Amino acid sequence: MTIDDRNTRAGAGDENILIRVEDLEKRFGDLVALSQINIDIHRGEVVVIIGPSGSGKSTFLRTLNMLEDPTAGAVYFNGVNLADLSVNINVHRQKMGMVFQHFNLFPHMTILKNLTAAPIALLKKSRVEAEEDAMRLLVRVGLAEKAQEYPAMLSGGQKQRVAIVRALAMNPDVMLFDEPTSALDPEMVGEVLEVMRDLAREGMTMVIVTHEMGFAREVGSRIVFMDEGQIVEEAVPEVFFTTPRRDRTAQFLRKIL
Amino acid sequence: MEAFWDTLQNAWGTLQNSFERVFIVDDRWTLLARGLGLTLFITLLAALLGLALGFLIAIVRSTHDKVTGLKPAPRAALNILNGIAKLYLTVIRGTPVVVQLMIIYFVVFGAVNISKVVVAVIAFGINSGAYVAEIVRSGIMSIERGQMEAGRSLGFSYAQTMVRIILPQAFKNVLPSLGNEIIVLLKETSVSGYIALEDLAKGGDIIRSITYMAFMPLIVVALIYLTVVVFLSHLVTRLERRLRASDH
Ligand SMILES: Nc1ncnc2c1ncn2[C@@H]1O[C@H](COP(=O)(O)OP(=O)(O)O)[C@@H](O)[C@H]1O
Ligand SMILES: [Mg+2]
Repeated sequence: MTIDDRNTRAGAGDENILIRVEDLEKRFGDLVALSQINIDIHRGEVVVIIGPSGSGKSTFLRTLNMLEDPTAGAVYFNGVNLADLSVNINVHRQKMGMVFQHFNLFPHMTILKNLTAAPIALLKKSRVEAEEDAMRLLVRVGLAEKAQEYPAMLSGGQKQRVAIVRALAMNPDVMLFDEPTSALDPEMVGEVLEVMRDLAREGMTMVIVTHEMGFAREVGSRIVFMDEGQIVEEAVPEVFFTTPRRDRTAQFLRKIL
Repeated sequence: MEAFWDTLQNAWGTLQNSFERVFIVDDRWTLLARGLGLTLFITLLAALLGLALGFLIAIVRSTHDKVTGLKPAPRAALNILNGIAKLYLTVIRGTPVVVQLMIIYFVVFGAVNISKVVVAVIAFGINSGAYVAEIVRSGIMSIERGQMEAGRSLGFSYAQTMVRIILPQAFKNVLPSLGNEIIVLLKETSVSGYIALEDLAKGGDIIRSITYMAFMPLIVVALIYLTVVVFLSHLVTRLERRLRASDH
């Protein structure tokens, strides 16, 4: 490899990195929830994070958009270190959609308003434009007829689909999912995974915490296994699920598969 | 039998007589009418002031308790504001409203020529604000953490999330309590007489002192308060039911 080659490759590589996490640490008092986290997330990648309960998966996801402030380290998003307090985090969060286990729809707003509030206020879209875009998104997830209803009228699966398109309405660069199907009745898991599968197919960059191993294997470009606040192992799904390198990974997989 | 009827007639006559002396002579009933007007006026304005103050204090208090990751300067400012808010809550809720009213009139504005009505509005507003603050704070605290997180994750600032997402829900949850606070406030304004304001209670008292009759003016004043309070309570109950029906 010539020096020129290396430079171009490194350059192209940097272009492709959407999120770079460096030596990230998060403590809650004495409890070390995350330590020595280093990972690059590339554009178009679907990174699936798995690991036992309490291993720091949610905390990791929430430090990516600074819902939790890291106690040390850096999170570069589009080249900007979000952990720097002088950065206007609100601007960058617009480009990072987040989907929560418990949906967190705004109960005092109609479904349509849930989708248009942020685009109107933050992207300065006109109401008409925002509503057209919102309706397109609702059609896409099969919920157009619910536009004027309130969240309480929806099933769990419907709520989560709305939550996904509410985040998409901001046209984000990345979507963060924290156990999006864990609070759902089993018969509703499929409809939500279907929406996520579509997103992945379209090339959306996604970071997904989930216990749905079949789904992880199917759509993940990379599986990251976390335990006790650290990344223990990461690999493409075929390798990860068939030939894990670490004992802890193998143990976990035996328990869960 | 005859004697009984006589007694009854006499009693009726006495009642008519005292009614006339208490309310009709010199148009004394206008003391109560104007007093009621003043009571309602002071209550309304003080309630508005109390709501404004209470919301501000509640926002300061819950922001101080919940927000992390601030730069040193805003954190210091917030700590100072929170200290002031706590002092305000302790002092106002720890002293009688009538003492606060007199301090504001005779001490704070002692050297200033200022309308007594304005003083009453300020005093009762400041007093009510402390109670409103705790009601609204409990309302804010009752909203799931996920609501703030969802708002922030979309890119809304803390303030935007507060105004658009948290406060509307919190306000709805505490509306009945706020209604009750206004009812309490209405009754508390009855100490306005201490700074020589002629509110409803004072009106009754003036009539008592002119006519040397205590029973009728005071009972009627009580009945008027009761009527207004029952009416307001009824509104609060209806509001509560409406809110529950539209509970999304
Ligand atoms: N806000 C918090 N305060 C204190 N401890 C926390 C907080 N959030 C998470 N933790 C702790 O951090 C660790 C990691 O939690 P979490 O990231 O939620 O794990 P996971 O999502 O993998 O189940 C756990 O021990 C949890 O109790
Ligand atoms: Mg979790």
